[in-house]
Amino acid sequence: MTPEHWSPRIVAFFCNWCTYTAADLAGVSRMRYAPNVRVIRLMCSGRVDPQFVLDALARGADGVLIGGCHPGDCHYAEGNYKMLRRFQLLKRVLRGLGIEEQRVRLEWISAAEGEKVKAVINEMTEQIRVLGMLGMPRRFEEWDSEMHQLEGAVRQAESTLIPPLDDEEEPETLHA
Amino acid sequence: MATHCEEIRIGFYVCHCGHNIAAMVDCEAVARYARKLPGVVVSRDYRYMCSDPGQELIRQDVREHRLNRIVVAACSPLLHEHTFRTATERAGLNPFHCQMVNIREHNSWVATRKQDATRKAKSLAQAAIHRVRFHKALQVQRVSIRPEVLVVGGGIAGIHAALTLANAGKKVFLVEREATIGGHMAKFDKTFPTLDCSACILTPKMSAVRSHPNITLWTLAEVTQVEGFIGNYRVKVRRSPRYVLEDACVGCLECIDACVYRSPKFPDAFNEGLGKRKPIYIPFPQATPKVVLIDPATCLNLKTGKCKQTCLEACGERQAIQFNQQERLEEIEVGTIIVATGFKTFDPRRQPLYGYGTYPNVYTSLEIERLVNASGPTGGEVVARDGRKPRAIGIIHCVGSRDRKTNVWCSRVCCMYSLKLAHLLKEHSEAEVYNFYIDIRAPGKGYEEFYNKLLDDGVHFIRGRVGEVTDWAMTPEEEGRLVIRVEDTLAGCVRRIPVDMVVLATGLEPQPDAQAVRRLFNMSCGGDGWFLERHPKLAPVNTFADGVYLAGCCQGPKDIPDTVAQAGAAAAEVLSLIDKGYVEQEPNTAYVRDEDCSGCKSCIPLCPYNAITFAEDRQKATINETLCKGCGTCVASCPSGSIVQRLFEDDEVFAEIEGMLAYDA
Repeated sequence: MTPEHWSPRIVAFFCNWCTYTAADLAGVSRMRYAPNVRVIRLMCSGRVDPQFVLDALARGADGVLIGGCHPGDCHYAEGNYKMLRRFQLLKRVLRGLGIEEQRVRLEWISAAEGEKVKAVINEMTEQIRVLGMLGMPRRFEEWDSEMHQLEGAVRQAESTLIPPLDDEEEPETLHA
Repeated sequence: MATHCEEIRIGFYVCHCGHNIAAMVDCEAVARYARKLPGVVVSRDYRYMCSDPGQELIRQDVREHRLNRIVVAACSPLLHEHTFRTATERAGLNPFHCQMVNIREHNSWVATRKQDATRKAKSLAQAAIHRVRFHKALQVQRVSIRPEVLVVGGGIAGIHAALTLANAGKKVFLVEREATIGGHMAKFDKTFPTLDCSACILTPKMSAVRSHPNITLWTLAEVTQVEGFIGNYRVKVRRSPRYVLEDACVGCLECIDACVYRSPKFPDAFNEGLGKRKPIYIPFPQATPKVVLIDPATCLNLKTGKCKQTCLEACGERQAIQFNQQERLEEIEVGTIIVATGFKTFDPRRQPLYGYGTYPNVYTSLEIERLVNASGPTGGEVVARDGRKPRAIGIIHCVGSRDRKTNVWCSRVCCMYSLKLAHLLKEHSEAEVYNFYIDIRAPGKGYEEFYNKLLDDGVHFIRGRVGEVTDWAMTPEEEGRLVIRVEDTLAGCVRRIPVDMVVLATGLEPQPDAQAVRRLFNMSCGGDGWFLERHPKLAPVNTFADGVYLAGCCQGPKDIPDTVAQAGAAAAEVLSLIDKGYVEQEPNTAYVRDEDCSGCKSCIPLCPYNAITFAEDRQKATINETLCKGCGTCVASCPSGSIVQRLFEDDEVFAEIEGMLAYDA
């Protein structure tokens, strides 16, 4: 997608019992909200593996929303608490990667809170619209091509025994 | 990609759901898009996929095109996943080779632009198409259902459900918090619109509960703990001391006469505080069980230990009174649970403008029920608290209902019981009766006719929300009386109606401990605090906890006919489970891949069901799949990725993420 036509893409992981049902309720109540969130249903927010979040971001999501039952209300007693702990660690990892905090969000939304689904999705979409595209796939491509250039330069340097990074041709090939 | 060698042949179907989806999603375009995706052999759109011809379409395609995976983009899987899994199974495939895409609740119903909704539908469809290739053939698991049933709450809902089940030969435990069953209905004088005597139709059912060999009735009892799952619940019930042996007491009530308190002194809760009782008492003459009880807060002997214990003497050799009775904890095992914990009425002190608690002659509707009752504190005579007989009575509707300041919902019964009370008050007194209403809601069999009858009987109806009840007189006629100030919206003027008695038609509210009860049974509450049914139309007595059902007003305000109907429905759901003997469960349990497990034990404390143990001999974690409930928490936290959750395998979720973002990347 070209940056001019860009609109945030948000992957959501909703627990079956509370937040997914709340999203169904929002639909049944015909609440209109931003079309930017795509939901993956899991049985419990405790099932959300941090790798799912990282994978979604790496594959081009601009944000990830995790929805679970309110504390104390988990259908499986305490899966949401486990998610909460994992989320704290995940936030550190994301900070380390330079990914803005607002891009990954954890929300407790009960089965009755269709209105909250709408509010959270609208708010998050707007926040990410302001932050702009995360564009991890393109960044990966850039890093890959940089690595390729570097490899090529090293190979060339090894063959000619000239230090690689000072080579004049390098910038040209980099932007090719 | 797929690790198995069979060729993946996917059939993809987009449902129009009439206009529900098609109006906002270009279904043809979605089908066209999906046709190009890898593995898709057939891609169609159809008006109603859940209909018989829709399901037949799947069957034909499976036969003709040798499909082995089915993806249906339609409504929420919570609604029709079962339908399409069954259709997939009937077509000769494993039911779990089917995946649903929610393009109605999550898409067409919430979108504003067709173009956005169509894009979203394509991306969701692609996610499912990528996911379904990883689906494994799974077998449903069967859990056996214990035939015993727990019914919580002994109002008319609990009574009816318990009797229905007991008559079908099932063992029922009926747990009631109060000293007697009967609930609110036992307090009513008559029932609308037929004016049946409430006690006459209820008490036979109450005694049937007491004498039924299949019902174990525990009053003064509360459920304190619920463990386990559908088919096999372990429940702890705390039984508070009654200080009277239920089996020994014959209900002669001689002990009450003999009590050292010569006359009743303490407010009587059954009569809404309008009457008095002694420390040893029976809530009302037909209380079930018909056994006296001693209130430890007022009994002289229990409070101070210094009493002549004349009640013991009166009881004599029956020896039913036991001052040293202790609280008991019962543990029972049941397969299913019906929650029928009822409601409480709105406390009108929260709306001071109606003067309840300020002016003694302002009453709640429940107080009036007792006042007009022949067995009530005045023997059915309408006498105000100041001892006067009212010349005019005003009934104010919607107190704590249809009000943004208190409760927004309509309590459904107040209009009709106000009409009933208007009729009864007219019958029991000479008074003029005024009804102050917003709308009269009489949507039931014979209800509108009852309203018309009251109009003919000369009951006054004034449309308008009451502004205030005051004793500030402006004319000699108003002197010493209460004045209801109201805007008569039909006459278009503000009026002052002097009356001698005001009746507040208080609305219905969730029980104050509804949240705690909800947690106890793992149910959900709506935003208004009523217990949430699984589906408002198609599963109105089911909850989100399998094997737990709802009956009566704990789910929302309703009248007696609706309550009884719902209690019957809950009992029928339970019976169908018990008679089937088992329930099929989602095969979404987790298992450990031994070859990858490092034996780190980090999963073991995470499982809320203690389903994971450590096999010391092999140095591996193992999951007991009969205990596993399929939350997947252990899966997400296994550092070596050796735990797999069926239906939600890592491969499946990653494929879903990948597919979702592949569209329009």
